[in-house]
Amino acid sequence: METLRAQKKESKKKTPIRISGAEAIIHCLLAEGVDLIYGYPGGAIMPVYDELYKFQDKLTHILTRHEQGATHAAQGYARVSGKVGVAMATSGPGATNLVTGIADAQIDSTPMVCITGQVPRHLLGSDAFQETDIVGISTPVTKWNYQITKASEIPEIMAKAFYIARSGRPGPVLIDITKNAQFDELDFAYEKCTGVRSYKPVPEPDLKAIEAAASLINNAKKPYIVFGQGVILGEAEAELKALVEKAGIPAAWTILGLSAMDTDHPLNVGMVGMHGNYGPNVLTNECDVLVAIGMRFDDRVTGSLDTYAKQAKVIHLEIDPAEINKNVKADVAILGDAKQTLDLLLPLVKKNDHSEWKNEFDKKYQIEYDTVIKNDITPTKEGLTMGEVIEQINIASEHKAVIVTDVGQHQMIACRYAKFKQSKSNITSGGLGTMGFALPAAIGAKMGAMDREVVAIAGDGGYQMTIQELGVIFQHNVPVKIVVLNNDHLGMVRQWQELFFESRYASTVMTNPDFVKIAEGYHIKSRRVVERSDLKDAVTEMIASKDPYFLEVKVEKEDNVFPMIPSGASVSDIRLK
Amino acid sequence: MENQWYTISVYSENNIGLLNRISGIFLKRHINIESLNVSKSEIEDVSKFTIVIFATENWARKIVQQIEKQVEVIKAYYHTDDETIYQESALFKIASNLLFDERQIQNIIKESNSQIVTVARDFFVLSKTGRRHEIDEMHDALEPYGIMQFVRSGRIAVSKATMPITNILAEFQNQ
Repeated sequence: METLRAQKKESKKKTPIRISGAEAIIHCLLAEGVDLIYGYPGGAIMPVYDELYKFQDKLTHILTRHEQGATHAAQGYARVSGKVGVAMATSGPGATNLVTGIADAQIDSTPMVCITGQVPRHLLGSDAFQETDIVGISTPVTKWNYQITKASEIPEIMAKAFYIARSGRPGPVLIDITKNAQFDELDFAYEKCTGVRSYKPVPEPDLKAIEAAASLINNAKKPYIVFGQGVILGEAEAELKALVEKAGIPAAWTILGLSAMDTDHPLNVGMVGMHGNYGPNVLTNECDVLVAIGMRFDDRVTGSLDTYAKQAKVIHLEIDPAEINKNVKADVAILGDAKQTLDLLLPLVKKNDHSEWKNEFDKKYQIEYDTVIKNDITPTKEGLTMGEVIEQINIASEHKAVIVTDVGQHQMIACRYAKFKQSKSNITSGGLGTMGFALPAAIGAKMGAMDREVVAIAGDGGYQMTIQELGVIFQHNVPVKIVVLNNDHLGMVRQWQELFFESRYASTVMTNPDFVKIAEGYHIKSRRVVERSDLKDAVTEMIASKDPYFLEVKVEKEDNVFPMIPSGASVSDIRLK
Repeated sequence: MENQWYTISVYSENNIGLLNRISGIFLKRHINIESLNVSKSEIEDVSKFTIVIFATENWARKIVQQIEKQVEVIKAYYHTDDETIYQESALFKIASNLLFDERQIQNIIKESNSQIVTVARDFFVLSKTGRRHEIDEMHDALEPYGIMQFVRSGRIAVSKATMPITNILAEFQNQ
């Protein structure tokens, strides 16, 4: 315990109060500003739930229908609000059911604290009922985790958990609390954690590196910015926009960077990556300076690394030193928080205009529009496309909605075509690709931004992975809008089977239930669209609804998402069809 | 880049579970830990992991970056064999009668610069400290006569150059 002491403790100590560990946990949550948690009770966490009952006027607990739903809801909440999401579960299966959401939060850098109950200290290691080594299991997918076995540890560890989850590059923290520590009493006083001696969340920016970056940018003929979620997490949207506009640099987003910049901004050229836009991918290999801001060169972004931006000088602005030179070698690495480093870079960058270079993106866009986009958004064929549904949502929501997507074809289409004016509006499972993410994440997103329209978009596959969370929407009348783009297939896998496995559709054809009846079973207003002529009206009705609304759209069964960089190919070899 | 031996030194808090967290970083990348030693370091409360891997420098660097990223890790480094002073220790348990019956055994003890730790009626124990190949050579020499038990420690190493960690750790001590 001595070694866990926090730095710079405030000197004024509050007078401790004598309370149980379980009550202490509630006080810790309240002290951290938590007013909403998601979870599922069970034996080893019951003392905490008993306290939740007593504190229900101050702390709302939402009973999800599965612990995985609790983590995704906490993630959705965290991603729209920028606050730490909290999920709670019991020991054993309760804890293991959290793991997918924790792994998702880890790879997508989402601040989350998970609290799990554990068997009493004296039963640890005895294979007691519902005992599982959740600290061991969650270690590789948490930013930090800890097992509390004594009530007296609770305040300090909880403070540390929140501090670690939200600081630097955010991530999930799991705190496992043995049942005896929940029952036992402690002298409780809470002090927020302001530092951990072995942990430096934000590296100091190196001014020399910033000068070197400015010089590269100022001398570039074809500079190109690719921005990721680091801009959103660092709340550096205004600084990014200022850099883009001052230096006249075309900028593209990774899937998690989407919404950091107005999608209609003239210098916003679209999405990079496997199903990103044509120009942003191809021109990665033509730019002379690539400025990567708060992104990690995921393989879905870069395609083959051997042929990725080899001609370009790479400037990498990044908060996590472990990302530097991990996948792409940086000629200039600028460590630090995106807001801070962009602020330092901005005055050194000369006002510039690169309209000729930007024109290259426009030309490529025209090619993509003629071969792909036009047919996606304004199709002339009989079957409905996913793209036209997204377009109708754009129109009806006036680009103001939070769009929460699941994983697969609909996700790529939504991220390609959804329009955003405001940051923190695109909530999706990017790194882990967790099917089942959208419905619970949308619940969390709505609760984290009650004033905003929240539209969950899922495929028929992923929707059924967490469909039970309709129960939460019904019970709490959470006014989310749910759109299932139903093609009766696991569409993305089917697409790969068609393109790379000679159309052998192994286990990708789905015989689906009546989704409308299921939603009606939860007393959620529902509608099914099978004809194009009904689409606009249905989407308009859905967006106008004050209540939760479920919309199923039967789309073309075997449509493919293009453009596409085949796995392992170069960004230059992106296929338009 | 070619594989070679790297000694990874990790300065960390002394907390339960950190070994699991660090070893998981190797596991995730399918890299075998050839030797592992955990001990206290020059600073109170600070543990030192000494980990030996056979890998490319690219992997050694990335692994060190990932280790250093862990909340409870203070600092991590990697060094080649040339950059460190390193040793391992080994114990050999051998039947006592060999000491008298096999003249060559006594030569091996002398030539290998090993020490007799204890002699009992049935067995004696030899201790050898040195580089891995020296211990390997001694093992190979003794093997034909029969080794009742053999154990070798993880590598321990110090860097030839001054570790930049010293100042950071000094600050810790003053806290």
